[in-house]
Amino acid sequence: MLLELEARKEPSRSMLYLTPVIAVLLTMVFGAVIFTLLGYNGLAAVREIFITPAIDIGRWPDLGIKAAPLILIATGLSIGFRANVWNIGAEGQYIFGALAGTGVALLTWDMEGVWILPLMCLAGIVGGMLYAAIPALLKIKLEVNEILSSLMMTYVAVQLLYYLMRGPWMDPEGFNFPQTRLFSDSQLMPEIGDTFVHIGVPLAFIIALIAWFTMSKTVFGFQVRVVGAAPHAARYGGFNKNRTVLLSMLAGGGLAGLAGVFEAAGPFGQMVPQFPTGYGFTAIIVAFLGRLHPIGIMLAGVILAISYVGGEIAQTTLGLPNAAAGLFQAMMLFFLLATDILVKYRLRFGSAAPGGAK
Amino acid sequence: MNDYLLISFIMTVIGASTPILLAALGELVVEKSGVLNLGVEGMMLVGAVTGFAVTSITGMPLVGIIVAAITATLAALIFAYLTLTLTANQVATGLALTIFGIGLSSLLGEGFVGFTIDVMGPVFPAGLAEHPVLRVVFGHNVVVYFSIAMIGAVAWFLKKSRAGLILRAVGESDSSAHSIGYSVIGVRYAAVAFGGAMAGIGGSYYSLVLTPMWAEQLTAGRGWIALALVVFSAWRPWRLLLGAYFFGVVMTLELYTKAAGITLIAPELLAAMPYIATIAVLALISLRKSAGAQAPACLGQPFKPST
Amino acid sequence: MNTDVACRLELRSVTKAFPGVLANDQVSFKVGPGKIHALLGENGAGKSTLVKMIYGIMQPDAGEILLDGNVVHVPNPKAARAMGVGMVFQHFSLFEAMTVLENIALGLDENISHAELEKRIREVLTQYGLALEPHRIVSTLSVGERQRIEIVRALLLNPNLLIMDEPTSVLTPQEVAQLFETLRHLAANGCSILYISHKLHEIQALCDGASILRGGKIVGACDPKQESARSMAEMMIGGELMDVEKGPSRQLGGDRFVVNSLTVPGEGDFGVALDDINFSVREGEIFGIAGVAGNGQNELLLALSGEVKSEDSYTVQLDGKPLGKLGTTLRRYFGLCAVPEERNGHGAVPNFSLTDNAILTARNRKGMVNWGVINARKAETYADEIIQQFSVKTTGSTSTAGSLSGGNLQKFIMGREIMQTPEVLIVSQPTWGVDAGAAAAIHQELVNLAGRGSAIVVISQDLDELLAICDRMAVINEGKMSKTLNVAEATIDEIGLLMGGVHGDPNSTTEMTEAAHVA
Repeated sequence: MLLELEARKEPSRSMLYLTPVIAVLLTMVFGAVIFTLLGYNGLAAVREIFITPAIDIGRWPDLGIKAAPLILIATGLSIGFRANVWNIGAEGQYIFGALAGTGVALLTWDMEGVWILPLMCLAGIVGGMLYAAIPALLKIKLEVNEILSSLMMTYVAVQLLYYLMRGPWMDPEGFNFPQTRLFSDSQLMPEIGDTFVHIGVPLAFIIALIAWFTMSKTVFGFQVRVVGAAPHAARYGGFNKNRTVLLSMLAGGGLAGLAGVFEAAGPFGQMVPQFPTGYGFTAIIVAFLGRLHPIGIMLAGVILAISYVGGEIAQTTLGLPNAAAGLFQAMMLFFLLATDILVKYRLRFGSAAPGGAK
Repeated sequence: MNDYLLISFIMTVIGASTPILLAALGELVVEKSGVLNLGVEGMMLVGAVTGFAVTSITGMPLVGIIVAAITATLAALIFAYLTLTLTANQVATGLALTIFGIGLSSLLGEGFVGFTIDVMGPVFPAGLAEHPVLRVVFGHNVVVYFSIAMIGAVAWFLKKSRAGLILRAVGESDSSAHSIGYSVIGVRYAAVAFGGAMAGIGGSYYSLVLTPMWAEQLTAGRGWIALALVVFSAWRPWRLLLGAYFFGVVMTLELYTKAAGITLIAPELLAAMPYIATIAVLALISLRKSAGAQAPACLGQPFKPST
Repeated sequence: MNTDVACRLELRSVTKAFPGVLANDQVSFKVGPGKIHALLGENGAGKSTLVKMIYGIMQPDAGEILLDGNVVHVPNPKAARAMGVGMVFQHFSLFEAMTVLENIALGLDENISHAELEKRIREVLTQYGLALEPHRIVSTLSVGERQRIEIVRALLLNPNLLIMDEPTSVLTPQEVAQLFETLRHLAANGCSILYISHKLHEIQALCDGASILRGGKIVGACDPKQESARSMAEMMIGGELMDVEKGPSRQLGGDRFVVNSLTVPGEGDFGVALDDINFSVREGEIFGIAGVAGNGQNELLLALSGEVKSEDSYTVQLDGKPLGKLGTTLRRYFGLCAVPEERNGHGAVPNFSLTDNAILTARNRKGMVNWGVINARKAETYADEIIQQFSVKTTGSTSTAGSLSGGNLQKFIMGREIMQTPEVLIVSQPTWGVDAGAAAAIHQELVNLAGRGSAIVVISQDLDELLAICDRMAVINEGKMSKTLNVAEATIDEIGLLMGGVHGDPNSTTEMTEAAHVA
C-alpha cells in the first residue's frame, strides 16, 4: 500500500480547523474537473461560483443577506448536533416560525408601532420551538428517531404553507394569487443605511457570538457537549439527558424560526409559497463545515452564501444550471467528511511498516 | 365503490408501493449489516434521473432500470468509501448523499425535462388479465413481480443462507465477526452496494412508470419513508410488504379523493398524509414492548479494525 | 499426530510495533504437544497482541511462528483454524441476539446443515461432560455458558493447539474448576494449550510451564509448580510486590452510610433487579462487595451514586440524611461521590480534556461555577493538582482522557473524587485492568481516605483486592446481598460458596476444594 493511516494519540487540533479549508479547495478542484467533463467551462465555473462574489464589493450585501439565515439556523443545529440530536428538519421549523411571524403580521396589518416587529420575532422563535418540540418529545417519550420525524415534519410544514397561502391567509386584494398581503413598514426588517442589508444580518452574527459564549463557557454548553460525547458520563456528572435533548432541539427550532421571520420580514416582505428555499438543509452543511463551532459557522455561512450568489452569477454568465451550486455544496460536505479522518489519523507515505507488506 | 374502481384502486396501491418497497428492502439489508445509510432519497433520485435519461435515449425501459441500479450503486459506493474506509459519521454522510443526489439529479435531468417515454407494459398477455380479479394477479409490469420475488429472496437469504448468517453476525457484533475472521468491511460494502441498486431501481420506477417523466426531486421524500418502513418492519422482510402497501393505500387515497372531487378535506392535508402517517406509525411501533431490541446491535457504529 | 516433533508451537523473535509502542519485542518460546503452557503478564504486557498474531488477527512485523516444526504464515483466523489452532477470547466473540447453534456455525469454516451441526455439538458436549442448549439465544445465557460456546466452537475443530485468553476473569470458582477439568481432559488427548492469565494461583494449579512477559519482552520462564505466587508476581511486575499498609488499626466510628431496603427494578431486557439490599458502613471503614460480574453490581453502583434515583428517600442515608430521591449532583453536594467501573465513557469522557473531565464531577464541590459560567482557570488548577498528587502520567491537563493508559486514567478519576474529600465514596472495580504499581497506589489512597474518617464501599470481582483492603464484606448474587462477613474471620470457601449462588452446577460442589484454592 502506498498510503497508510496511522492512529494519532490525540486528535489533531490543527487538522480539525484545516480540513474544512482543504474540503473547500478540493471541491473547487474536483468541481472544475466535473463541470469540464460535463461540457462546461469548468475553471470559469469555479471562478464565478467561488471567487467573483467574494472579490466584488457590490455583491457583499447580498452575501450578508444570504449568510444570515444560514448562520442562524446552523448555530441552532450545531447545538443539537453536539448533543447528538439529529434535527434535520430545520427547514420545517424555519417555515413554521416564519408562518407564526406572518400570523402576527396579518393580525396587526392595520396597526403601527415599534413593538410589532419584536412580537413577530418572538412569535417566530416560539413557533420554531413548538415545531421542534414535537420530534423532541416523540424522541424523549417514545424513542422515535428524530431524523425521520423532524424531516417528515418539514414536508408537513410545506403543505401547511401551501394551504394557508391558497386559503385563509391569501391576500384579499391580491387577484387570487396564493400569497399574503405585503408587510407594512412596522413589520419589515429595518435596513442599514442605504444598503439593502437588513438588521437581521448583524443580529445573526451577534447571536452566533452569544451562542459561542454559551457553548464554550457555561454549564449549559458543557452539559450539551457531555450528553453528546458520552451519555453515561453525563448522567454520572449529574446532567439529565432528556432535558438536554429537549433544550438543544428547542434552541435549534427557535433559531430556525427566528431566521424564518427575518427572511419573511426582510427579503420577502410577505409570505409566498416559494418561501422555502432549502436554507434549512444547506445549514446542515454550514454547521459541519463550521465544525459545529459558532465562529466556524460564521465563516462557513459566508462561504455557502458565496456559493449561492456565485451560482446565480454563473447561471447568467456561463449558462450553468441552477443545480450546480447545490452540487458544489454537497461536494464540500463529502470532502469534509472524507478529510475528517485526518483529525484522528495521520497519513504516512510509503510502506514503512513491514506488517503492511505481508 | 364498485368492482372496477376497487380493482383499479388496488392496482394503483400496488404501483405506489413498489418503489418504496424496493428501496426499503435494500436498506433493510444494509441495516442488517450494521450500516445506517440515510442517503436512500439521494440514491433513488440518481436512479430516477439516469434511468429516465437512458430509457428516453434507447427506448428500452429495462436498460434504463439496469443503468439506474448501476448508477445508484456507484452513489452508494461513495457513501461506503466515506463511512467504511474513512470511518466518517454515517448520519452526516447519508445526509450528504441525499443532498448530493438532489443536486446531481437536478443537474443531469435538466436536459430531460419535458421528455416523454413509453411506459413499461404488463408482463403477461392482456388476455390473462382481462378478468378484474386476475388483473390484480397478472396485470403488473416486471418490476412489481421483481419486488415481491426479492422479498422472498431476501427473507430466505437472511434466514437460511450462510452468507446471510454472516451478514447478520457482522451487524450484531462487528468486533466478534472480525475476531472470528470475517471481513466486516467487505460484507458491509456488499450490503451498501445492494442497497444502492435497490434504491436505484425503486427511484427509476417513479420516472419510468409512475409519473412517467423527469422533474426535480421527483421522489418527494419517499426515500425517507422507506427508511421509516425499515424501522416499522422491525427488520423483517415480509413485514416490509405490509408497511409498504399501507403507505401505498395512504398515497393512493390522496389521488382518489382528489379525482373524486371531494373538497371536504383540504388537498394539502391529503398531500401531507403520508408524512403524518409515517410519524404516527413510528410513534405507534415504539409503544410495542422492547421495540428497539430488534435493531441490529451495531447499527450506525463505525468500525475500524486494528491491523 | 506427529509426536516426533518436539514443539507444537514455537515463536522465534516475534516482534510487533504500534505507533509509539513496541507491543512485542523479540518474543520466543516453545510449547510441547499435550502441554498446558502459561503466558503470564500484566495488563498491557503484550499478551493479547502476541496471541492475536498466532491466531492470524494481526501480522507480526518480524520473527517466525512455527507449528509442529514448520514455519507458518497465518494470514487470518480461518487459516489458523485450518492449521488446527483454536482460540477462546477474553471478550467473547459472540453474537448476543443469535442462538448458540448459529454462533457455533459462524465459528466453523465449512458449511454444514444445522441438523448435522447440532448432532456434532451434542457429541462434543457429551464427550467433555459439558452442558449447553444449542437453541438458546446467547443473551439469555450466563457468562459461564457463553464461554462454553466458545470452547465448543474450538473443540469442534479438533484443535492441536488451543489458545485461552484470560478465560477465568468472569467465572465463578465452580465454573473455573469445571473449565480446568475440560482443559486437562483436552491436554491428556494431546492438544497443547496456551493459557494466558495474570492469575498466579490458577497457573500454579493448571500449567506445566510458563513464559513471563513484561513490556512486550519475555523476561523469564519457569515451572509454575516450583515457584511461589509471590516470586512469579515479582517477575511479572519486575520489582518487589508492594503491600498495602493498613496502618495501625483504623478507628471505626458510628454508622456513616446506611443502605436500607434498597429495591430497584432491572433496566431493559438484560438488567438485574436489586432485591432488598441492606448494609451499613461505619466512619473510617472500607466495606467490600464481592460477586461474579453481572449479578447487579452495575445496578447497585447506579443506585448508590444517584444515577438511578430511588422511590424512597430513606433507602440511601448519609449521616442520617435521606438521599434516596436525590440525583448525583445533590448527593455529591451532601458528600457522596462515586467511581463507576467503566472508565471510558462513564467515569470520564474520552475525547474531553482532563480539565473538562475535572469539571464533570467536581464543578460544584470545588466551586468552579458562578452564575452558570464555568471558571476554566479553577478547573485547570484542580486538574493539575490531581495529576500531581496522584502521579498521573500525562502531558498535561489539556490532554484528552482517551490518550491516557487505563491505569493513569483510573488514577485521575480516583484522584478527582478522593480530593473532593467525600464523606462517602463508592467505587466499582477500582483496579480493573490497571497495572500492579497503579493498583497498589490506588489501594493506598483508599486506605488513607478511610483513615481520614470517610466511609468507603468497594465493589469488586477481585477477591484478593477485597481481602487486602476491606474491614467487612458481603457478596452480591442475582441482585441479592449476602450476610456481612468480617474479613479477618472470613474463609475463601465461605465466600466462594456465596459467590457461586445458582450459577454453579450442582455436580461441581465436590470440586469446591479446588475451586477455593483457585480463587
